[in-house]
Amino acid sequence: MTEPLTTEPPTTEPIAFPQDRTCPYHPPTAYDPLREARPLSRISLFDGRAVWVVTGHATARELLADPRLSSDRTLPAFPAPTERFAAVRNRRVALLGLDDPEHHTQRRMLVPSFTVKRVATLRPRIQETVDRLLDRMAEHGPPADLVDAFALPVPSMVICALLGVPYADHDFFEEKSRKLLRGPTAADIENARDELDAYFDALIERRQREPGNGLLDELIHDQLREGTVDREELISLATILLVAGHETTANMISLGTFTLLRHPEQLAELRAEPTLMPAAVEELLRFLSIADGLLRVATEDIEVAGKTIHADEGVIFSTSVINRDGHTFPEPDALDWHRSARQHIAFGFGIHQCLGQNLARAEMEIALLSLFDRFPGLRLAAPVDDIPFKPGDTIQGMLELPVTW
Amino acid sequence: MSIHISIDKDVCIGAGQCALTAPGVFTQDDDGFSELLPGREDGGGDPMVREAARACPVGAITVSEA
Repeated sequence: MTEPLTTEPPTTEPIAFPQDRTCPYHPPTAYDPLREARPLSRISLFDGRAVWVVTGHATARELLADPRLSSDRTLPAFPAPTERFAAVRNRRVALLGLDDPEHHTQRRMLVPSFTVKRVATLRPRIQETVDRLLDRMAEHGPPADLVDAFALPVPSMVICALLGVPYADHDFFEEKSRKLLRGPTAADIENARDELDAYFDALIERRQREPGNGLLDELIHDQLREGTVDREELISLATILLVAGHETTANMISLGTFTLLRHPEQLAELRAEPTLMPAAVEELLRFLSIADGLLRVATEDIEVAGKTIHADEGVIFSTSVINRDGHTFPEPDALDWHRSARQHIAFGFGIHQCLGQNLARAEMEIALLSLFDRFPGLRLAAPVDDIPFKPGDTIQGMLELPVTW
Repeated sequence: MSIHISIDKDVCIGAGQCALTAPGVFTQDDDGFSELLPGREDGGGDPMVREAARACPVGAITVSEA
């Protein structure tokens, strides 16, 4: 494991973005020059285009709340971090690919299902799901791949129950979600989206005849029937909720577990004092920043931090670098349950801040607490350098996590 | 010194950060949007009020000296 270095001098050439992490829980060491050049510098993308990268916490909060930065990826000047993204950007993406007022209209349909109060009522169900999966792991006995046995099925089952999607279909949609996010080719992404669209089209038709009691049914009843969304929009929303609802949290559980196992002191402290868990989840969100590289394009000139972002310039927010800004988070590379981590932007900031963040927090708290309660001797079952993690051009997390107990 | 809290409901996106940070002062209404608990317009002395305003991703909460 390489600790981040901060001895590199700032460079004038834009560095390439995104890059792979050297250690799965630290920003790539290749981003060290960005840490030196806060709050705003330049990076170069796969196609040679240079864009702005936001790396300072205060500047990130200011810009993510600025309506002059658009999330509409169909705009010609929108930055593409990968070739596969560039190939599919003309397809409209609900919610996170929209600006207000369209975005606000969609978001307000979904907000009631993700409030702090609503999530609190889901906790017993999340706990049951977690306990059932841990029972199954115990029955099988060690070793296990924690991604497969626990980190992925927990959020997958939870979002299925919330949406009203049959969990029996999980092999199908987990594979399609993976392809949607990681390709590797543009055709993989296109196909995955077509297949998910067809899946939800059929599911919606079935539910129109035989309603269930999930969020999808509420949306069919309250919005589709009333004409406030059309079918295509509903399909796109359902896909995003399903994909965002399980991929991200699965990565936080797998990478969070790996990080705890690599920080035995902090893990011991947490086990001795379980009431630290909500603070620990915030700190893990800050420390791991798994969604690194939020994308925007300027629609007007913006003066910020003594510089001018011109209209049609791309702006990328490196959450991993922003969340290690020492001005906001002293000793940013230390994992510390006692710091005030709440102001991290791991869920983004501004109008697009993660809709499911309260659900994600509940899942992480329950999953991590229960996992180490059940298996106090949990440890890695492979040499640490042999455990594969995800490349830098997607959501960060473990590809596999072999554990024993 | 007393304070006054106001919430711009047109700006609120229902992220719930206020209700999470200062649950003794803020809640979410049935539509998911931010709302003050009855009688808490002055913050009720809760030290987390300003932190909750700062946690709002869209700046919908204003805390002023009354």
